[in-house]
Amino acid sequence: MKVFLKLALALALVFSFTHADAADMLNGAGASFPYPVYSAWSYDYNKVTGVQLNYQSIGSGGGIKQISARTVAFGASDAPLAPAQLKKDSLLQFPAVIGGVVPVVNVPGVKAGELKLDSDALCRIYLGDIKYWDDGRIKSLNAGLRLPHSEMTVVHRSDGSGTTAIFTTYLSEVCPVWKSKVGAGTSVNWPAGIGGKGNEGVANYTKRTAGSIGYVEFAYAEQNKLAYALLKNSAGNFVKPSFETFEDAAATGNFDPGKDFHLWLVNAPGKKAWPIAGATFILLAKEKTDSNKKVVKFFDWAFNHGDKKAKDLVYVPLPSSLKNKIRAYWKTHGIL
Amino acid sequence: MARTAKKNPVDRFFSVMTAAAAFSVIVLIAGILYVLVSESSLAIGRFGVWRFLSSTDWDPVRQSFGALTNIYGTVLTTVLSLAIAIPLAVGIAIFVTEISPNFLKGPIGAAIELLAAIPSIIYGMWGLFTLSPIMSTYIEPFLKKIFSGVPLIGILFQGTPMGIDILTASVILSIMIIPFTASISRDSFNLTPAVVKESAYAIGATRWEVVKNVVIPYSKLGVFGGVVLSLGRALGETMAVAFVLGNNHRITTSLFDAAATITVTLANEFAEADSDVYLSSLFYLALVLFVLSFITLAVAKFFLLKAERKYSR
Repeated sequence: MKVFLKLALALALVFSFTHADAADMLNGAGASFPYPVYSAWSYDYNKVTGVQLNYQSIGSGGGIKQISARTVAFGASDAPLAPAQLKKDSLLQFPAVIGGVVPVVNVPGVKAGELKLDSDALCRIYLGDIKYWDDGRIKSLNAGLRLPHSEMTVVHRSDGSGTTAIFTTYLSEVCPVWKSKVGAGTSVNWPAGIGGKGNEGVANYTKRTAGSIGYVEFAYAEQNKLAYALLKNSAGNFVKPSFETFEDAAATGNFDPGKDFHLWLVNAPGKKAWPIAGATFILLAKEKTDSNKKVVKFFDWAFNHGDKKAKDLVYVPLPSSLKNKIRAYWKTHGIL
Repeated sequence: MARTAKKNPVDRFFSVMTAAAAFSVIVLIAGILYVLVSESSLAIGRFGVWRFLSSTDWDPVRQSFGALTNIYGTVLTTVLSLAIAIPLAVGIAIFVTEISPNFLKGPIGAAIELLAAIPSIIYGMWGLFTLSPIMSTYIEPFLKKIFSGVPLIGILFQGTPMGIDILTASVILSIMIIPFTASISRDSFNLTPAVVKESAYAIGATRWEVVKNVVIPYSKLGVFGGVVLSLGRALGETMAVAFVLGNNHRITTSLFDAAATITVTLANEFAEADSDVYLSSLFYLALVLFVLSFITLAVAKFFLLKAERKYSR
């Protein structure tokens, strides 16, 4: 009996400690794409304020479900929720950080940044219409580049992901055939190509297969020095994926607080804007003012002090004009 | 039961606890079944049973879902992996029990059991980074060269070998299930009475004849049990194949084509399933796998029982 008593006492002690901690603990769940930057921010924030932010990367779908069921303080989603759905589940939404998608290629004799593509070519490639690298539709964009007559292997994601959602939203926006035949979503019914699991899967197949083209997250392409292609943006300029072009996309994209910032950041009008970008979003439960204030305090701190850390991890921080719009949005909802 | 109850409180406590432990499994299974059915009710209502099972559609954008491509991939990879694994596993077991010198038995046995202890995600990463390039550069082109001209079989070896396909997935699966079949077969071979074997040798039987006519008939039930266990494992294996199967929702005829199994679809798409119907269809898919596993294991058990009865007569 003595043993049981001791055990019970120990258990009670453990639970009382976790209970005391819970006051300074914020739980969030959702998209896996921003997980590294949220946890880096939370680590620094904890050192400054003592507040612990616990973020579980369970996927955007799970994040939306959990915040709708009110089991977490905030949810995170790579895809913006439409105002109608936010209203239905009584949620608030704002962007936290920018990412994007980069086409990567493996064509013998073509180095990083040498190949130029436009929206039509990219769309035709992923539709399976363009079968060889020396197709006229690619050649006409790349005068002076020697393209081999080799078969093209198209690589896409096999798992559902926000990266695919951004990429297919872009293709749907710029290419009517894609929109009617395939559409946009976290996973789609691909008309051509092979599937790799995760960014690493796509990168691996692209690296291994001569004559292949794939798409990966900007951060992944940057960190692994993959051979990216230049893209023609809506202003008609060929741009390369970099902080500068992503920032321009974010600054010129029309994030509207009236629509809870609902926006797919594709084909932004800026002169230097990278055309396939996207924000990742935070979701809050409207009625939970107290915990929302704590979450907002964290993101306000991150907007003020977290840009460098985000860039170290190859995330694109929000431009200050957008940050101010978000702060105004917080104020109107009484949580800042 | 009544007698133990009279005995003493400790005995009674003991039997209640064991009964509780046993029944908890049934409660757990019933609970899982309940959750699967209730979560998939939306998809069941939308697609029905037959339409879901027979449709090759899998289009999250248009929210039209069917299970046939997944069932096809699951059955195909399972059958193929068993076809690769069973001969190897039985061969291993025969060598270890009948042929190998004593000092080799320990190391080989330990190696087999270690194979079973490797987490499946490791097999998945190994498959993606190591096996898949080997398959696509050496083994698959070789197979294609030999078989592509052969009528009927040639269909299985068409297309460009990419290494992310049914064949690679089946090879990985077979490596994963070899330990089960091999160690259970070994244990059942060991149960063959030495007297019977020695008698066979005494009347001049060769090793091959002893294995074929004495050991295997004596222990085929045990081997069959091992195969059934592996079958269950192969049906449900997820991470190891998720990396090398490509999650391609099409019915394909070539072993060099990507495919999707039920578990691969779940692992790939569950986290980012963003609409209710989509999520519900994934649960529905899990329910299909649950029923499929149940039927396969039940049929296997049925034959096992039948054989046992015949054998004991």
